[in-house]
Amino acid sequence: MPEFEPVIGLEVHTELNTASKVFCDDPTVFGAEPNTQVSPISLGLPGVLPVLNRAAFEKALKTAIALGCEIPERTTFDRKHYYYPDLPKNYQISQQYEPLGTKGAVDIHLKDGSTKTIRINNIHLEEDAGKLIHPDTPAARGLSWVDLNRAGMPLLEIVTEPDIDTLEELEVFMQTLRSILRYLDVSDCKMQEGSLRFELNLSMRPVGAKELGTKTEVKNVGSIKAVLRAARYEIKRQSELLEAGERVIQETRLWDDDRGETRSMRSKEVAKDYRYFPDPDLPAVRISADWMGRIRAELPELEDAKRRRFVAEYGIPEYDAGVLATDRALADYFETCCRMHASPKAFSNWIMVELLRELQNREMEIEDCPLTAPRLAELVRMVEQGTISNNIAKDVLKEVMETNESPARIVESKGLSQVSDEAALLAVVHEVIAANPGPAQDVREGKEKALGFLMGQVMRKTQGKANPGVCKALLERELGSG
Amino acid sequence: MAVTKAEVQHIALLSRLAISEEESERYAQQLSEILDYAAQLNRLDTAGVEPTFHAVPLVNVFREDIQGTPIPLEAALSNSARAKGSFFEVPKVADGS
Repeated sequence: MPEFEPVIGLEVHTELNTASKVFCDDPTVFGAEPNTQVSPISLGLPGVLPVLNRAAFEKALKTAIALGCEIPERTTFDRKHYYYPDLPKNYQISQQYEPLGTKGAVDIHLKDGSTKTIRINNIHLEEDAGKLIHPDTPAARGLSWVDLNRAGMPLLEIVTEPDIDTLEELEVFMQTLRSILRYLDVSDCKMQEGSLRFELNLSMRPVGAKELGTKTEVKNVGSIKAVLRAARYEIKRQSELLEAGERVIQETRLWDDDRGETRSMRSKEVAKDYRYFPDPDLPAVRISADWMGRIRAELPELEDAKRRRFVAEYGIPEYDAGVLATDRALADYFETCCRMHASPKAFSNWIMVELLRELQNREMEIEDCPLTAPRLAELVRMVEQGTISNNIAKDVLKEVMETNESPARIVESKGLSQVSDEAALLAVVHEVIAANPGPAQDVREGKEKALGFLMGQVMRKTQGKANPGVCKALLERELGSG
Repeated sequence: MAVTKAEVQHIALLSRLAISEEESERYAQQLSEILDYAAQLNRLDTAGVEPTFHAVPLVNVFREDIQGTPIPLEAALSNSARAKGSFFEVPKVADGS
């Protein structure tokens, strides 16, 4: 019985973050009342003329360049025909014959330290379709509701070659691509709002075989997590078929996230016969070397380059740099902190441990975080100057997240400043020694552990505000050790 | 250029049109005649001629990324056969979901 291994390719759809739609000037705000961001063009009324949005085209071009695509001198738009209520004019404007970019690549870094290249077959610009709602009420049985706000949103499709061989590669690829799109500022990639969507192409073949098996295409997968679940499901389903000596049928399957399974769509409804032809409404776009050069000059530093620079410039460990560089906003946050106060390692620790955990617990984006970069800089400075202890600083951080107050104000209003005054601390030290004769004796005899215990007692009596260095010195002096 | 009845039925399916047997046959014949007529163009020698994608020699026609004013909801829904609240209402097309 041969073992089987998966071969995976992805079709990635990402909505570009323009102010208006790709072929008309409807606004692109998410969550508006249904059918209030529409015009005769997005409604598909007769006699209208679509005109290409320059910003949408340039964002698409920027992405194609960043992914190392070959860019043709000329790119054109085609009509892809299908009849479905989410597409009122019965064709989608897309690019079939002369797409914007071909033969790109994305490098992904795997856990074992290796790097793998996932080839991009092509990148093309198209328009999004509307949204259908299938109401679940008896009165609306057999009916669908159509919202065309999304119809005509600029959509970039990125098609990979079937180069993905494992679930780890699949996950890292999706994360890497998302990071690149966010770095480029071409899409906000909010999966819960549908601005980043994936279609999975998956087949199985005997381990070591060159030939590809029969693939299925899985649609309707809404998040990176769901893609991984759908892939795991299809791997199992197809493996079981093949091991039982049966065949995999080439078909489109729909992912059901609630049930955690894929199921077949009836072939009649997904017949792939789009009858593409060049759209006579839209003239070709010629891409000059000059234009390419301008876009190329605007490309931001991407994740890999940033990670290397963080190590070189700030002297932080490779691991820290990798975490901070995964997201452009997070990397910018770190650099802002470092510009305000030169303690890169302290910032990377605070960000990776405390801040990311707080953000995750609150399901918050760093852009919306009350602990702004200047505030974290202020907090770290207070710790380094001995104004507050490290433990108190953690409490202050949580308090900032809750109250949106500045760290300095919280420290002041709650009286959290560290006590470094020897005279004040000496009284507490004497109290602690008197109350704990046993451990005190141990310290006199040179047992280090007991010193820690007495330190803890001093901290308790001062609600954590005692300066640990001063306390330790006082205890050692009073007990004649150290 | 004979268009077959099966091709007509396939196109009808793609276009979500219900047509009868008799219509399939009639359209197959009519479409064949139309294509035969157009096929006269094939007699021209077009070797070395670039395909014409557009009748007008224009390139790089753009609009700037500025929002316009959407049409009012009532106007958007006014041409629809049925509406429900802010939605267009249509017969459900089964898609497996």
